[in-house]
Amino acid sequence: MTANTITITSGKGGVGKTTATANLAVSLASLGQKVTCIDGDIGLRNLDVVLGLENRIVYDLVDIVEGRCRLRQAMIRDKRFEELYLIPAAQTRDKNAVSPTDMIKLANELRDDMDWIIIDSPAGIERGFRNAIAPADEVIVITNPDVSAVRDADRIIGIIEAEQKGPAKLIINRVNPQMIQRGDMMDADDVLELLAIKLIGIVPEDEHVIVSTNIGKPVALDEKSRAGLAFRNIARRLMGDEVPMMNLELKDDIFHRLSKMFGAGGE
Amino acid sequence: MADWLSKITGKTSSADAAKERLKLVLIHDRTDINPEVMEKLKDDLLSAISHHVAIEPSSVKITMMQEGREQRLIADIPLKPHDRKRIG
Repeated sequence: MTANTITITSGKGGVGKTTATANLAVSLASLGQKVTCIDGDIGLRNLDVVLGLENRIVYDLVDIVEGRCRLRQAMIRDKRFEELYLIPAAQTRDKNAVSPTDMIKLANELRDDMDWIIIDSPAGIERGFRNAIAPADEVIVITNPDVSAVRDADRIIGIIEAEQKGPAKLIINRVNPQMIQRGDMMDADDVLELLAIKLIGIVPEDEHVIVSTNIGKPVALDEKSRAGLAFRNIARRLMGDEVPMMNLELKDDIFHRLSKMFGAGGE
Repeated sequence: MADWLSKITGKTSSADAAKERLKLVLIHDRTDINPEVMEKLKDDLLSAISHHVAIEPSSVKITMMQEGREQRLIADIPLKPHDRKRIG
C-alpha cells in the first residue's frame, strides 16, 4: 500500500479547507481507509479543533521537523476511528520552521503505512502553501461561488499548474440554492465555466457545519446534514466510485417554475 | 442559469454581474494585460498590419476570450478592397 497524498488549498481564506480536510479524512476512515491528515497552517492551528482532538496534542509538525520527537509520537489517533490520525500544526510564529523538503520527507515516511495523506494548506500563496503542495500527488482547490473566492481560486490553479502539481480538481463549497434561484449567487456551471477544471463535489451551505465544529464532531458523521452527505460523496468519488452530484435545486413544482420565470432578476 | 431569465425579464441579476466581471478580471489576472497594455498592443498591431495591407482602423475589433484555461487574443480586422489597377 502506498498512500495517495492530497493537498487541500484555496487561495482565499475561510472558504472551507479545514472543514473539507477533516470531513474527507473522516469519510475515508469510515470507508475503512488508513488516513493521516496534516494541519499545514503553522501558527494558526485549526484542524485539531474541527476534529475535536484539541486536548490530545503533545507534539506537532515542527517538533517532528526539528527532531524533538519521532513521527509516530506526534500522530494523534482519532477517538472514533482506529486508523485515522492527525498531525497538528505548531503554534509558533515562525512560518519558515518547515520547508517543502521537510514536508516531502515526512510524507515519504508515512506513505507505506497509509492509504491517504491529506494536507490542510493555509490560505495564501507563500511558504505555507508551497510546503503543503510539495508532497502532493494531487491538489484539490476549494472555492465559494463568490467573486473574491473564485478569483483567488483561479490564481492558485495557475500556480499549481506552474509548480507541476496540476491539473487541480475543484470543490465548490457553501452553495446556497435559494440565493441561486433568486439570481444572487453564481451556480456551479457558472463557476466551472470560469475555472475550467474537473469538479469533484458541490457542498451546500449548512448550519450543521457550525454546530459540528462547536462540538468537535465532523459533519460527515451527522446523517441529518446535507453538507455531511456531500463530503461523504466526495470521499467515495476519491475512491473511484461514480456518485452523481447531489440535487441541490429546490422543490421543482409548478409554482416554483412560474415564480422562477417571472420573479427572478431582482426588484 | 440566470442568463435566460434575464433575457426574458430584461434585468441583470447580481449573479450575472459577478460572472461577467469575473470573466474580465480573470483574463487580466491570467495574462497581465490591462486596458492600457491592450491599447498599446492594438496600436502596434494596426501599425504593423497597415504596412502590408490597407485596413480601416475604426472597424478593427481586438478582444480577449477565455476558452477553458486558455486565453485567446482575437483580432477582427476588416481589409479595405484594393484599387483594381493592374499593369500589363
